[in-house]
Amino acid sequence: MTPPSETLRAPLVVEFPFTRSLGPVQSAFLTGLREQTVLGVRTETGEVLVPPVEYDPATAAELRDLVEVGATGTVTTWAWNPGPRPGQPLATPFAWVLVRLDGADTALLHALDAPGPEAVRTGMRVRIRWAAERSGAITDIACFEPYDSDPVAEPGSHDGRFADPVTGIVAAARLDYTYSPGRAQTRYLHALTERRTVGERCPSCTKVYVPPRGACPTCGVATTHQVEVGPRGTVTTYCIVNIKAKNLDIEVPYVYAHIALDGAGLALHGRIGGIPYDQVRMGLRVEPVWSEDGRYPDHYRPTGEPDADYDTYKELL
Amino acid sequence: MTPHRPDREVAIVAFAQSDHRRRTDDLSEVEMVMPVLHDVLRQTGLRTSDIGFTCSGSSDYLAGRAFSFTMALDGVGAWPPISESHVETDGAWALYEAWVKLLTGEADTALVYSYGKSSPGSVRDVLTRQLDPYYLAPLWPDSVALAALQAQALVDAGVTDETALAAIAGRSRADAGANPHAQLPGARPQGEYVVQPLRTGDCPPIGDGAAAVILAVGDRARELCARPAWIRGMDHRIEAHSLGVRDLTDSPSTRLAAERAGVFEAPVDTAELHAPFTSQEVVLRRALDLDESVRVNPSGGALAANPVMAAGLIRLGEAAARVHRGDSDRALAHATSGPCLQQNLVAVLEGEPHVR
Repeated sequence: MTPPSETLRAPLVVEFPFTRSLGPVQSAFLTGLREQTVLGVRTETGEVLVPPVEYDPATAAELRDLVEVGATGTVTTWAWNPGPRPGQPLATPFAWVLVRLDGADTALLHALDAPGPEAVRTGMRVRIRWAAERSGAITDIACFEPYDSDPVAEPGSHDGRFADPVTGIVAAARLDYTYSPGRAQTRYLHALTERRTVGERCPSCTKVYVPPRGACPTCGVATTHQVEVGPRGTVTTYCIVNIKAKNLDIEVPYVYAHIALDGAGLALHGRIGGIPYDQVRMGLRVEPVWSEDGRYPDHYRPTGEPDADYDTYKELL
Repeated sequence: MTPHRPDREVAIVAFAQSDHRRRTDDLSEVEMVMPVLHDVLRQTGLRTSDIGFTCSGSSDYLAGRAFSFTMALDGVGAWPPISESHVETDGAWALYEAWVKLLTGEADTALVYSYGKSSPGSVRDVLTRQLDPYYLAPLWPDSVALAALQAQALVDAGVTDETALAAIAGRSRADAGANPHAQLPGARPQGEYVVQPLRTGDCPPIGDGAAAVILAVGDRARELCARPAWIRGMDHRIEAHSLGVRDLTDSPSTRLAAERAGVFEAPVDTAELHAPFTSQEVVLRRALDLDESVRVNPSGGALAANPVMAAGLIRLGEAAARVHRGDSDRALAHATSGPCLQQNLVAVLEGEPHVR
């Protein structure tokens, strides 16, 4: 087995903007933040939960009894963050805090803007610093800031009604990765740069996997021997694509096919070009047309050979 | 609460784990998992076709690979089609599912595995995506920050201090010196604050790794293993998601799971606790009433190697391995998931009185 000549790496960005609907309690709370009003919800035992939830965490009872609590509160625990990370509320060092707002019995997580850890302690008094632009999100609270004031014990009444209530949020997220493909796929990708397609043979069942993923899924063992396959192959089955994919510059309709390269134990996927889409057929013999930078086959085109006999590829369907 | 007594004997009969490393750029997930699968099969002499049920635990978010568990399944050899399941959490919960499957009588043996490749991404940030999407996730509070809030609450309550936390870190890594799979073997300086009051030494190493165990019932277990680690009880419990409604200095879910698993019916000699942060060991010791007579984390625990999604299963495996070797007669194994010990699983493992 040839070791990979070098570990391949590529940036991989995963972004997922979930659109989430809000129930009556969360809608009132987040709309309230937009209006600089903090709402909590009262449980059957009289506890006031902030941030409010729709069901009692202890009893699962439906909670709808909204109350208004203060914009001032008390730190119940804290942690000094010397290195803010992307997406966090402040870009300069800050304290993470759980704050029990005046009138609430539970604490809310947020950031506290303070000069340093020596300026933060459990029990300190703080108040909300509102964001300049508010949309109905937890980030409408920009952060907390130190603020001496006397605690107010009782929450006020509030019906939770606002004009133009927020009914949903878009929760955007982005995670950055460095992708590395592992040994088998690294060998495969290196061979592609030489315009060779190299599969790997299972030492147990002798099937040749293209592209290889490192293991024979039937036998559960590592594929060991590299085997060059193709370049020619046979269309085993295909479909006609009629809907243009986003960000894909290919005219529809086109044919997407399973292609069994000569010597391979299973078919791989590829686009068929160089022939009208309605003339592609099972058994068509094809060969790769390499992309301009030569890193992978852009598509496959007919070789002009006679079609393969069904018996030669029926096990690869 | 009365412990629940399972009416079928199930044991962990084999355990294997990878050498946990900071990076495994040269390995795909299946390439990382396959050797530990082969290891547990070799230990028992079983083949994939002998296994009644297979269950795995992992999270696609760690390495950013969609449906990565289906690729990892290639390493099992799942043809002809096997009876198989997957949990998107730590493999300890995959073991729980397999245990239940064996208790129902639908299978007599089970293969459980899990893996985590944290190196391709930023695991502190990735784990924020498991949080409440309305109130927490938009603030990107990372895993160290949340653990630090819990640690400060413990300090404020007078339960621990930085010196005591440093001692936990030192003991764990010193013990890991005897663990050939550990990522951080041997004591090391506590370092700077990552998020105060937690220093580098209070935090788990970030790394990649995999683990596997085999479960078997009754006499099948006795055939496969000289001294099976019998699962006498196992339970898992979860607390409210919102940190602000919990008492972060306590872990009632751990205590309840332990009661249900029968931990308090007799003393344990060993406890493998899944405490990625030093401060969390403090919480767990209190919740489980562990005194100085109990050997806690002889493997070094998650502070020595923390392949996310496998570290909990490894606690069960390490505890079982001690029973297999005759180093323990009654061991507690614990796994956790979620921020600040939100969800906890506790199992009691016992060896039969006389080594056969």
